[in-house]
This record gives sequence, C-alpha cells and structure tokens, in this order.
Amino acid sequence: MTITASLPAAITARDHYAAAPDLPDIHLPVRVRGGVAGFVFRQPTVALGLFILAIMLVLAVFAPWFGTLDPTALAPAKRTRPPSMDFWFGTDAFGRDVYSRVIYGARVSLVVGFAVAFFASAIGLLIGLVSGYVRAFDSTIMRAMDGLMSIPPILLAVALMALTRASVQNVILAITIAEIPRVSRLVRGVVLSLREQPYVDAAIAAGTTTPMIIKRHILPNTLAPLTVQATYICGSAMIVESILSFIGAGTPPMIPSWGNIMADGRALWQVKPYIIFFPAVFLSLTVLAVNLLGDGLRDALDPRMAKRL
Amino acid sequence: MFGFLLRRVLSTIPVMAIVALFVFSLLYIAPGDPAAVIAGDQASPADVERIRESLGLDRPFVVRFGEWGWQLLHGNLGTSMFTGLPVVELIRQRLEPTLSLMAVTLVFAIVAAVPMGVLAAWKVGSWLDRLLMAFCVFGFSIPVFVVGYLLAYVFALELDWLPVQGYTPIAKGLWPWLENLILPAIALGFVYIALIARITRATMLEVLSQDYVRTARAKGLGESTILFLHALKNAAVPIVTVIGIGVALLIGGAVVTESVFAIPGLGRLTIDAIVRRDYPLIQGIVLMFSFVYVLVNLVIDLSYMALDPRIRY
Repeated sequence: MTITASLPAAITARDHYAAAPDLPDIHLPVRVRGGVAGFVFRQPTVALGLFILAIMLVLAVFAPWFGTLDPTALAPAKRTRPPSMDFWFGTDAFGRDVYSRVIYGARVSLVVGFAVAFFASAIGLLIGLVSGYVRAFDSTIMRAMDGLMSIPPILLAVALMALTRASVQNVILAITIAEIPRVSRLVRGVVLSLREQPYVDAAIAAGTTTPMIIKRHILPNTLAPLTVQATYICGSAMIVESILSFIGAGTPPMIPSWGNIMADGRALWQVKPYIIFFPAVFLSLTVLAVNLLGDGLRDALDPRMAKRL
Repeated sequence: MFGFLLRRVLSTIPVMAIVALFVFSLLYIAPGDPAAVIAGDQASPADVERIRESLGLDRPFVVRFGEWGWQLLHGNLGTSMFTGLPVVELIRQRLEPTLSLMAVTLVFAIVAAVPMGVLAAWKVGSWLDRLLMAFCVFGFSIPVFVVGYLLAYVFALELDWLPVQGYTPIAKGLWPWLENLILPAIALGFVYIALIARITRATMLEVLSQDYVRTARAKGLGESTILFLHALKNAAVPIVTVIGIGVALLIGGAVVTESVFAIPGLGRLTIDAIVRRDYPLIQGIVLMFSFVYVLVNLVIDLSYMALDPRIRY
C-alpha cells in the first residue's frame, strides 16, 4: 500500500477552504481471533499448561476407565517386567502394574496440590489481613512467621510428618503449615501498601466501616497476587509431596502416589529405570503445566510483578 | 554503622528463639511417652511415674522449655533415642559430606546462573533469552531427585564418566572428592540455578535501562565492561538476596540428593531419624539447619553494605 501525499487540486483552487487530505488507513484493522483458537494463538504456553492439566485431571478422575488394573494388586510371578503391550509401563518389584499406579497416582498429587494451594491461601490471607490491619497483633504475628520461615520448608514438613501418622490429610496439613508464612507475608505487604492509598483514606473519611473497607477495597486488590501465588504453591506442594513420599515420610505406602512409586523403584533404579522414569515424567509434566499457568496468570493479573521477573 | 551491625546481629536472637520454641514444641507434642519407653514393657505405672519425675517430664511446658533452651545455649542438643549418642556428636560426624555438597552446589550454581541471567538480559527477546527462560521454568518443575536419577543414569551408568554413588572425604584428595560431588551438585543446583538466573535477568533488565548504562555506552566502554562491571554491580543486592533465600531450597534438596546418590551426610541422618522416629535427633537437625539458614541470611544482609555503598543504616 502506498501513501499518496500529494494534495488534492481542490485545496489550491479554493484557498479559503482547507479540506482534509484523503489519507489511506495506515492502521489496518487487526483481526482479533476469538474463541479457543485465538487463545491458543495468543497464549501458547498457558494453553499448553491448561491442556496438560486437563489431561491429568481426566486421568485422575476417570482412572478406572483407562485400562488400569488394581494398582495395589500384588503379582509376584510378574515382577519387574519391562514395558510391554500387557504392561505399558512395566511392573514393579511386587508385580504391580506401574501404568495403573501412575494413573491412580495423579489423584494424590492433584488433591495435595489443589488442597494445599487453597488452604494455604485462605489461612495466609486471614493471617495477613489481621496482621496488616490490627497493629496490636502485627509484630507478634510477623515474628512468629519469621521464625516459621527460618525453618526450610521441606525440613518443616518432614518434622511435622514425623509427628503424625502418614496419611494424605496429614501431608496436606504439613505442607500447608510450611507454606502459610510466605502467603501471609505477601498479603500483609499488599494490605500495608493499600492502606496508604488515597481511596482508602477517602473511604475512611466517608465513614466506611473497617469490614466494608476490607471487603470493597482490600480483598479485591489482594486477589490477583494471591491467585498467582496460589498457583505456584500448588506446583511446589506437588513437588514437596513427592519428596516426602520419596524419603518415606509422606503418603502411606499402600496408596499409589508418584513419590511412592519412585520410592519403590529406588532400590532397582540401576537395572529397572522405567519404574522411576514414568512417574517422574508425569510429575514433572504436571508441575510444569501448573507453573506455565502461574506464569500466564502473573502476566495477565499482575503486570508490575511480571515486569520484575 | 557499627550500631546497625550490632542491631542486625542482635535481631537474629528473637528469630532463633522462636525457631527454638517451634522445634521444642514439636518434641513436646510428639506422640509416645519417653518415660514409658525407657521404663520398658515390664514396668508398673508407678515405675513409669517415678521415671517421669526423675526425668522432669512432669513439669510444666515453660519450665521444660527453659531448661532445654539453657542446655541448647551450652551446645547440648540432647541424646538420640535410638543410638544413645549425643545429637551434637551424630550431627558432627555427618557434617562434612553435606557441607561439601552444599558448598560445591553453591559455587557451581552461582558461576552458572549469574552469567546466564546477564546474557539473557543482554539479549532480551532473542532465542537465547527464550531458551534460558524455558530452562528456568523446567528448573522449577522437575523435582531434584528426578534430575539426580537422570544425570546418574546418563553420565554414570551409560557413559561411565563419573561415579554413580557414594562419597569420598576431602582428606583423600581433591579430585576423588569432587568427582563424587559433580552429579549431585548439578542435580541439587538445578532449581537454584533457575531461581538465581531468573532474578539476575530481571534485575539486569531494570539496570540496563538506566541512564548511567547509556552514558557508559556513549563513553565507548566495551559491552562486557558495561555488563559485568557497571550493570551487574548495581544489580548485586537483589541477586545476593535471592542466593540467601535459596539456601532453604538447598537444605531441603540436600536431604533428597543425598539419598539418591548415597552420600552419608545429614540428609541420610534425617531420613534415618524419621524412619526410627528419633525425635531428639529430628529436633537437633531441624534446629541446626534453621540456625545455619538464619546465619546465612544475616551474612547476606551485612554484605549489602559492601556491595552497595549507598546503603547506609
């Protein structure tokens, strides 16, 4: 397309009138793709993350319908078979079908990831709000959080698991406790900076009650960073769960979880690496999906933080 | 400035006290009655009660915490329930492999990650930048033991370049010692590299858009001088902060890495302690690692003054 710069003859002829020159459109209309195709085109990594996560969710929920056997059924005659048509991912040292165990294992990882993300965010939000709003509690709460944060999270979860019976609920509880300090710090920081905002001052001056200010002004503003944080917590909780199970301080051995399957394959890893390989791939893919989603959410919801990282 | 130093050093005391309180509470609420364990199966309830009294287990929480804290200040972490040895002694025996692993990882990760981040920021938007950032996402997503097994399988089992497992004390020579630590250090450093490279890139991006960088370019300074002398120096504080925070990842990861590579360090000791439910030992390990973490971050805080002369307290 060429831009014609020459003036129309009419202007020179009638010099009292200035007509706008007839310029062509330089900015061509951009065709914005809508729907799923448009989303995949604009955000390929987020779409990939959602896709992998959706597959894992379907596998976890409908595990019995994916050609799985009983994941806990022992078959000593068929132990440590390499991957084949009968046993897609092979069998472990007790003859259990690794494919079935991996598919069922998705349940534990997803439940732990989502539950920890939810509870840690909810409790962290509450603590952060109280700490940011009630001056009297602030320094006490924050010193306690500093103390908790000084214990490396995996070590804290390990120590908590050593106190209790191994169960999925206790794994969730232990990881949640280890994650709470970071969330409450984040929320407190947001609350403290929001309290200085003119619109909050205005709301106070207008006689808005504190609960109303929290509901109207504070909560909506904490939501974006909190959602991003929750996604990352979800990913890290899945990793911590697998680490706890791997070192024998997590999900009880009879429940198939990706960490447990790898722990079972540990003794044989030099000769039968596939027992560890398949759960490792599933775990890494799932955490990758969650992290991709988190990066996408961060870019969309929290542009300031996105610029920093 | 001396006043600040003193205040900063003193401020770690309450944090450590809180850590100690948490860790003591763990033991306090731990299931199982130590008095009953010591008394054995044959003991009558009266015997158990007498042992409880002689051990001081019947006294209130605060008194016991005070007593325990007093012992702690004297470097006494109690006695392992399983081996009967002092916890301090058990930790001391296992200290070298873990410290070696963490030191090698730290050096390797910083040497690898900082140039990576600088390069990515310099060539922002290029395929190199994208590749490095993709690597970072993977670094955060792949658990340390998965990386460990992968490395061990490829470089030790298949290629036979490095030993598969084990540890050689540094007293037996530098290379045998290092040889055993290369693969574990890469595995453990994976997530740490991702963390440092990402923050380096972000901070460098910010610094490279500053006026003084443009001035340096206008003066005709070479790119490497600008990047590493002018920009990196100004980006140092956030990078060093993240290196300090990341030590927590290193500590948690060391426990797992040691079990993958059969390194007889504190990680193995931790796992043994968990399996045997040896609470005083678990308590001692958690406490020691937490204190190390607090001290590392104290040193980092103090290093700000050296790194950035503008920071004056």
